[in-house]
Amino acid sequence: MAITATGLRKSYGDHVVLDGLDLRVEPGTVFALLGPNGAGKTTTVQILSTLITADGGRAEVAGHDLARDPAGVRAAIGVTGQFSAVDNLLTGDENLRLMADLAHLDRREGRRRTSRLLEQFDLVEAAKKPVSTYSGGMRRRLDLAMTLVGRPRLVFLDEPTTGLDPRSRHAMWEVIRGLVADGVTIFLTTQYLEEADELADRIAVLNGGRLVAEGTADELKRLIPGGHVRLRFADAHTLDLAAKALGGSSRDDASLTLDVPGDGGVHQLRALLDRLDDAALDVQDLSVHTPDLDDVFFALTTERTARR
Amino acid sequence: MSTLAIRDTTTMLRRNLRHMQRFPMMSIGALGMPVLMMLLFVHVFGGSLDTTIPGGASYVDYLVPGILVMSVGAGAAWTSVNINTDMGEGVIARFRTMAISRYSVLTGQALSSLLNTLVSLALVIGVALLNGFRPAAGLTGWLAAAGLLVLIAVAFTWLGIAFGLGAKTVAGANSAALPLQFLPFVSSAFVPTDTMSSGLAWVAEHQPFTPITDTLRGLLIGTPIGDSGYWAVGWCLVLAGLGHTRARVLYNRDPAR
Repeated sequence: MAITATGLRKSYGDHVVLDGLDLRVEPGTVFALLGPNGAGKTTTVQILSTLITADGGRAEVAGHDLARDPAGVRAAIGVTGQFSAVDNLLTGDENLRLMADLAHLDRREGRRRTSRLLEQFDLVEAAKKPVSTYSGGMRRRLDLAMTLVGRPRLVFLDEPTTGLDPRSRHAMWEVIRGLVADGVTIFLTTQYLEEADELADRIAVLNGGRLVAEGTADELKRLIPGGHVRLRFADAHTLDLAAKALGGSSRDDASLTLDVPGDGGVHQLRALLDRLDDAALDVQDLSVHTPDLDDVFFALTTERTARR
Repeated sequence: MSTLAIRDTTTMLRRNLRHMQRFPMMSIGALGMPVLMMLLFVHVFGGSLDTTIPGGASYVDYLVPGILVMSVGAGAAWTSVNINTDMGEGVIARFRTMAISRYSVLTGQALSSLLNTLVSLALVIGVALLNGFRPAAGLTGWLAAAGLLVLIAVAFTWLGIAFGLGAKTVAGANSAALPLQFLPFVSSAFVPTDTMSSGLAWVAEHQPFTPITDTLRGLLIGTPIGDSGYWAVGWCLVLAGLGHTRARVLYNRDPAR
């Protein structure tokens, strides 16, 4: 496991931020922690990256115990936080060199890696300019480039695309995919469901300091009602027969369609097709409608708020 | 220190020196202030203060050791503001999550502040010599004075770092270090303590700036030192120890959210 955490707790005064968080992240995968503002995403990253200490619980990160061997954890990880961790008074090039020096690379290797990262992150032209003149997107790219100087095996990305324009966001996604292709484990936090859907192997939904759901994007989508299989028929007569054969479905006479509630999984589809076959009904068109992650997100996060 | 600790500290020192080089105004301000204070005291107040100096020494000779100590105090205030500003930068959070020597951030800052203060002291001595400062000290006296100045600068730099780390805002860091700039006025730095009102004179005689200034003055212009030397070195060691320990404790706290 790249990360295992059990029962992580953190409060600031009376305010409970993490209320017993359990996590497991497989090596070489992208794990997305999804949640609204204030859910505890940043706190989780700060604890797992040794920046702050948890009040309770334990965690192992990249094979090192968080409490007993923080130095071992630090040597294996890279962190790109939500607020840019660049030195504004230095140039982009100097920032990367600073990281190379702190990674204890020799001068030649440091220079080589710096110039490659400047190229990879499209910062060659701006390399000699102070970071204070950079745009938000450039700053974010430099931030991630600095994280990668030390070749970490596990990278924490805390809302890496928040505030970026669509082009920069897609560029960031490409970089993340490239890292995963090289075998790097990514721990990502985001408030964008699309981002989690695009990148993540597994998604955990955090709300009020607890995980309210975890799974692949598809598993999460099947968790909540609203999914259905839509069948379209050639004429009203067939639609009538089908509606009788499949109880509990809702029909739309204008479009000659019938919505059968369900998760749209293989079992449901097989059973559905068997019943249509038995009744010798001909289906023109079949489509599976799963709720998108937005539906899941709202259902999971509002349910919890309402229960409070 | 291990080799890696030395390497990381050098890297951090280089980072701080580059900052100073990019934004020289702040350092120039800190360097220029003590020189201006000296000129003010010598040329504006000096005429009327001359008579209060025991043994008929000239006021410039009496004043310069005090100005030197004050420069160190001003340097500490600069350090306090500087490290507080730096701690607000996101890159410090990054350093904390990296496998580097943990306190290199602090030691790098201490070294760059120390360099800054030493330059400021050299500047004060240079301008003082141009304005009639005629120290009686021979080579040994100068070396001992230089050693004492470095010791004071180390102590006050670490105090400044501790104040800067403890303060919540830059303004707070500035006011926390204010006593270091203000206390020299209530010491033997500018006028002999026996010319002050009795309550104030008691404070002046029992605070660190007085034995430190008296020792420095003795080394440079040959006034009697007495047991001030032991007090001066003792104060410096205690303050350096307190500042250094406190700075480490504060740096190890969880950073504020």
